[in-house]
Amino acid sequence: MIVETGHFALVMALCVAAVQSTLPMIGAHKKHSSWMALASNAALLQLLLLIISFAALTYAFVTSDFSVTLVLNNSHTLKPLLYKVSGVWGNHEGSMLMWVLILAIYGGAVAIWGNNLRPTLKARVLGVQGILGFGFLLFILFTSNPFNRIFPAPIDGQDLNPLLQDPGLAFHPPLLYLGYVGFSTTFSFAIAALLEGRIDPAWARWVRPWTLAAWGFLTGGIALGSWWAYYELGWGGWWFWDPVENASFMPWLAGTALLHSAIVLEKRDNLKSWTIFLAIIAFALSMLGTFLVRSGVITSVHAFASDPTRGVFILALLVITVGSAFALFAWRGPALKSTGIFQPISREGGLLINNFLLSVATASVLLGTLYPLFIDVLDLGKVSVGAPYFNSVFVPLMSPMILIMGLGPFLNWKRGDAILALKQLQIAAIIALTGAVITWFLIDRATVLAAFGIGLSIWLFCATLSELAGRIQLFRAPIIEVLRKLRRQPRSSWGMTLAHGGLALVIAGMTASSAWRVESIQSMMPGDTALVSGFEFTLKSVQNIEGPNYTASRANFDVTNRASFKISLEPEKRIYVVSRQPTTEAGIYSTFLGDLYAVIGDPDGKGGYITRLYFNPLVTWMWFGTFIMVLGAGISLSDRRHRVGAPARRKLPRGATAET
Amino acid sequence: MKKIFYFLPLVILAILAIYLIMGLGRNPQDLPSVLINKPIPAFELAPIKGQTKGLSNLDLLGQVTLVNIFGSWCEACRLEHDLLMKISKNNLVPIYGIDWQEPNNLVGPRWLKRLGNPYTLVGDDPKSRGAIAFGVTKAPESFVIDKNGVIRFKHTGRITENTWNNTVWPIIMDLKKQ
Amino acid sequence: MTPAFFRSSCLVIALLILFPFNTNAVDPSEILGNATLEKRARHISKDLRCLVCQNQSIDDSDAPLARDLRLLVRERLIQGDTDNEVFDYVVSRYGDFVLLRPPVKAVTAILWLGPAIFVLIGFIGLLRYFRRQSKDENAEDQNT
Repeated sequence: MIVETGHFALVMALCVAAVQSTLPMIGAHKKHSSWMALASNAALLQLLLLIISFAALTYAFVTSDFSVTLVLNNSHTLKPLLYKVSGVWGNHEGSMLMWVLILAIYGGAVAIWGNNLRPTLKARVLGVQGILGFGFLLFILFTSNPFNRIFPAPIDGQDLNPLLQDPGLAFHPPLLYLGYVGFSTTFSFAIAALLEGRIDPAWARWVRPWTLAAWGFLTGGIALGSWWAYYELGWGGWWFWDPVENASFMPWLAGTALLHSAIVLEKRDNLKSWTIFLAIIAFALSMLGTFLVRSGVITSVHAFASDPTRGVFILALLVITVGSAFALFAWRGPALKSTGIFQPISREGGLLINNFLLSVATASVLLGTLYPLFIDVLDLGKVSVGAPYFNSVFVPLMSPMILIMGLGPFLNWKRGDAILALKQLQIAAIIALTGAVITWFLIDRATVLAAFGIGLSIWLFCATLSELAGRIQLFRAPIIEVLRKLRRQPRSSWGMTLAHGGLALVIAGMTASSAWRVESIQSMMPGDTALVSGFEFTLKSVQNIEGPNYTASRANFDVTNRASFKISLEPEKRIYVVSRQPTTEAGIYSTFLGDLYAVIGDPDGKGGYITRLYFNPLVTWMWFGTFIMVLGAGISLSDRRHRVGAPARRKLPRGATAET
Repeated sequence: MKKIFYFLPLVILAILAIYLIMGLGRNPQDLPSVLINKPIPAFELAPIKGQTKGLSNLDLLGQVTLVNIFGSWCEACRLEHDLLMKISKNNLVPIYGIDWQEPNNLVGPRWLKRLGNPYTLVGDDPKSRGAIAFGVTKAPESFVIDKNGVIRFKHTGRITENTWNNTVWPIIMDLKKQ
Repeated sequence: MTPAFFRSSCLVIALLILFPFNTNAVDPSEILGNATLEKRARHISKDLRCLVCQNQSIDDSDAPLARDLRLLVRERLIQGDTDNEVFDYVVSRYGDFVLLRPPVKAVTAILWLGPAIFVLIGFIGLLRYFRRQSKDENAEDQNT
């Protein structure tokens, strides 16, 4: 019964979306305020219906109702509760339901917190959200219904893929979708603004919190997936340039560009059509990602079991929505006049070059990801485009961007003075150069690239700190004054400082863990010791243990550096009972300088075990750096500016956009 | 002039969409052989247990042959086996087998004993040397080889009655006539 | 989009076709005594695609075919092949598909030139933009 309710709610949501996507749009066109007002109610009702629907599916999973095909295929009574719940979105149908639920959450959020918007703009934004919701609900109901039943119901399910039974992966999809789908809001704002033919700094200010929220979630989601790969795959790799990873990375790159170009629009009333274009592109790339993963056109180890009908449907959705957006852009875009003029060397200039490099990077990743498909379709053979390609394209594009990232914030709006800025950056430059030189000469196995990476990281970190120091007049004003200034910094500039500083840490972590990973693979008998990067790993014992739905051999390592440091690691090799699928659970101990990482393999047939031991330097810096970046987004999101809304409407509206 | 740039995204989207639609009908996992119309690379495999002669590229010269990569662990090979038996009983074309990646040297011979041996010669290939020579990714795979030892055709996956009658056998007939 | 980083769901595929599994990427028994050769072998393995699991290198993969390819790479290195000869050997069997770093040739021209073309287009766009801006600015100066 509950399952039927969920199904019914889903159908109702489709009907509500149909209303939401038409009446408010007409209302906004004809200036019927009551029709426009429908939008908010429809958005909230749609949210409610989808919550009911999602809750019903979750209920079916939690109670192991195997009469629902989806539960049967992805769950098992023995599975721990957390993974029964995460099983809801660990499959195509359920994850699509989550997709539209999140779409509705954003729609509801606009309805609740969007009171400071022009009524016509709000109605149109929600109308576009309604169109998107309608399309995806149609897709779910026609090709991917999560509530399909099977009769008679089997006694037990087929279990969730064991790789998904992991806390990191349980929360990875919701975060990622909050990011992807978050760009639907910026997309809707862009379309609504094009329909109105009015794009101004106030628009940029309204869009900013949504972009920030989407960007923050996407950053977190990507990092969580990367972290999972790091500890689950058994050798410490964290990024593979797999098409599906690229599918999440492209919207991130476009979203980052959008975040920065919107600043220019907000502060200087410039880059209008470019910002609109990016807002469309960020969501278009999200949809492309959805298509790539679910259609089977591209080989990826991540892909869902694919079905061409689904592919055709999503592609049609993509072409219709993005196509009409681009058509509208082609029609209305040329009329958008920017007023703020600036010199190439200026704050805007820096942001524009950042946008240029990010766009080139996005286009290159897109090209590399789709190239095998192009070649195949044209019958020119088969090629692979793997990590070596992406690394050799991406690093040269991002390096100048990092350099400019340090410099940009020192330039004035409109007309900057590069010499003056560089003077202020002297110290940062000297420290960065020294760091690179020290790395090159004093650290073993330092490649040019590694020294350069470390130098870039230090540069960005010091430049970001100098910028903050300059703003609060550190060492130049009395300490009381400095502290007062520090407290008065707007939260949005804290956001920038944290995001840029966090990225510096991430770069250090990426560079170090790629350049100085130490690996040791060997057969060990209990009692044997292996030396890895100055640490002695002693295999104490290997035991067989029983988990709730798996059996495992668990090894116990003592690790010591021959001084006071002594810890133990317990990696496992699990076999999941239902699927007979093995997984590795690495034993990891994180220190400031690097992770001690141990993996237990199979018996070698002579009483010993194959073990893989690693020292992965500075890996924690990547996770911590990403955390700082997301924190920056959060703090920036809570900036007063977003709550106050447009300068034209000084009256403080109730509620704020802060808690998205 | 400036307006043209605003149409560019639409044009690119259209091109992209065409590619993606064409891509939908394809299986990205299909890997065409690069060895078609090239001589078989040199390889030499030991016999499977219980037989005296293994398989090398020199055994495949002088007549049209079918080379079949199989393994007792492979479900589709089991399904294909009946057809191979029929081909060998009717003496349509000599079939040479590459027994690929058996977990030990007993299961392969046992499998052939139980189901019948359609192969003129079988090479044991625990280290994938034969499979790599033919650029094989998964079993079963079959190759049609002409009199001069040149690879003429590759079929990935199980040969069904249908593919045999409509594709593979006509190719073999053609090659025999030459 | 990625409910899963099914990185090792290569295993799943392998299971479906019932591969026996008892290996786990590089095995200590594979490692060559000669450290220089071993280093080269690892390097080559990282650029060769595991054909059974598609998007992994054979160095990361635990599929049996990947193991056999790793062994083959090492054997050829011992026989004195250069790195390029090893790549050529594998490509002659499996085609360019096996290379994770696509070779530079006519078919991949757009792939390799693409980023440079994007940079060029973007750069021209930036130049035009700034030129137009300065024109506007002059016009503005004259007006005031």
